[in-house]
Amino acid sequence: MQLLREIWYLMQKDFRLEWRQRAALNGMLLYVGSTVYVCYLSFVRGGQLPAPAWNALLWVILLFAAINAVGKSFLQESRGRLLYYYTLVRPEAMILAKIAYNVLLLLGLSLLAFGAYAVVLGNPVQDVPRFVLVVALGAVGFATALTLISGIAAKAANSNTLMPILGFPVVIPILLQLIKAAKNALDGLDASPQPLYMLGGLSLLVVAVSYLLYPFLWRT
Amino acid sequence: MKNAWWKVLTVVLLLYTVVMGLLGHAPRLAILNETIRNLYFHVPMWFGMTIILFASVVYSVRYLRKPSDRLDVLAHHTAVTGIVMACLGLATGSIWARYTWGTWWTADPRLNGAAVAVMIYGAYLVLRSSITDEQQRARISAVYNIFAFCAAIPLLFILPRLTDSLHPGAGGNPGFSKYDLDNNMRLVFYPAVIAWTLLGVWITNVSVRLALVKHKLYEKQLA
Repeated sequence: MQLLREIWYLMQKDFRLEWRQRAALNGMLLYVGSTVYVCYLSFVRGGQLPAPAWNALLWVILLFAAINAVGKSFLQESRGRLLYYYTLVRPEAMILAKIAYNVLLLLGLSLLAFGAYAVVLGNPVQDVPRFVLVVALGAVGFATALTLISGIAAKAANSNTLMPILGFPVVIPILLQLIKAAKNALDGLDASPQPLYMLGGLSLLVVAVSYLLYPFLWRT
Repeated sequence: MKNAWWKVLTVVLLLYTVVMGLLGHAPRLAILNETIRNLYFHVPMWFGMTIILFASVVYSVRYLRKPSDRLDVLAHHTAVTGIVMACLGLATGSIWARYTWGTWWTADPRLNGAAVAVMIYGAYLVLRSSITDEQQRARISAVYNIFAFCAAIPLLFILPRLTDSLHPGAGGNPGFSKYDLDNNMRLVFYPAVIAWTLLGVWITNVSVRLALVKHKLYEKQLA
């Protein structure tokens, strides 16, 4: 119970910070907007993109938006503030709050990106509700997998380059499942939920491992 | 010399693997033909790599439970040996694929898994080199080692079994064990697994001892 309350306060704090210094939020929105627009400019003459290319581009945009958004979740905390949290909450609450916050942030960001992308580049998706579900699961998967990585990268010297290097191997299993599930929803074929179960399972596993490992990271 | 019996065993088994692997009897099968002999080199290298990388994770867990310099050095050097064996496994597999599938590389689940495993430990080494404080480096890289291993295991071991794959042992392609492994091949295959794993252990052993000696020398210079 105590843990839940701590998580709740930390999340509130994160949202409030995000809202007050809107630079980061606006930066992410602008990032998504400009990548989508660049794609539009490069493909506007070719007519409707073939479905696999459409799918691949969307996931590239979502992946990099996720890495940028999650990457700063620990970087923005100053050393003094981290020490202050150290006296107030337990590490498990800290990592779970960060994961929950990133999940919500990425859910909003990915759905927005998908909307903008579908409007600008056309929407060849046959089974839209399922595709949206896949995008949402993707946001959850990216947020869970990348949160601990961003905590690790924040401790190292050149954390901006380190973030993608450390993140990619962990994200690739999730990405493979996502692209398969997304392709199925895109074609409106093969409604087997197996990749979705795999995604949910992977996210749970990653959250559990983060929960166990973060206390060790926190102490340094 | 008393503790060197396993090194002798490694050399004997490796010699046996190479000689019997190249000269021994192998069943004649379409497409595979003589390339089936790769079973003695490629497969045991991956076995050895998996065992050694698992050892690296175990050392990382032990480090987090009870930090010590030695465990950190062990985790680091087992990871390096694992990368060397992964590269050997990739090379042998790639050459084999060239002559049986007609291509060096395909986007196969098992091959993706191999690539990801190599990437994880590459990232692990980059992470190590970008933290200067020794204790911090040991702790943070241990955390990453465990996290990445847990997140990638589904890819390496579960995904290839769920999807179609060109690789033997998945997607309707029978594994070697189904019909290729007659008892003649088993006689070489099992010793080969032991031999390549022991070779990995030996390499790690030497590099860990070198690293520990260097540490000691460094401390003496400081003193």
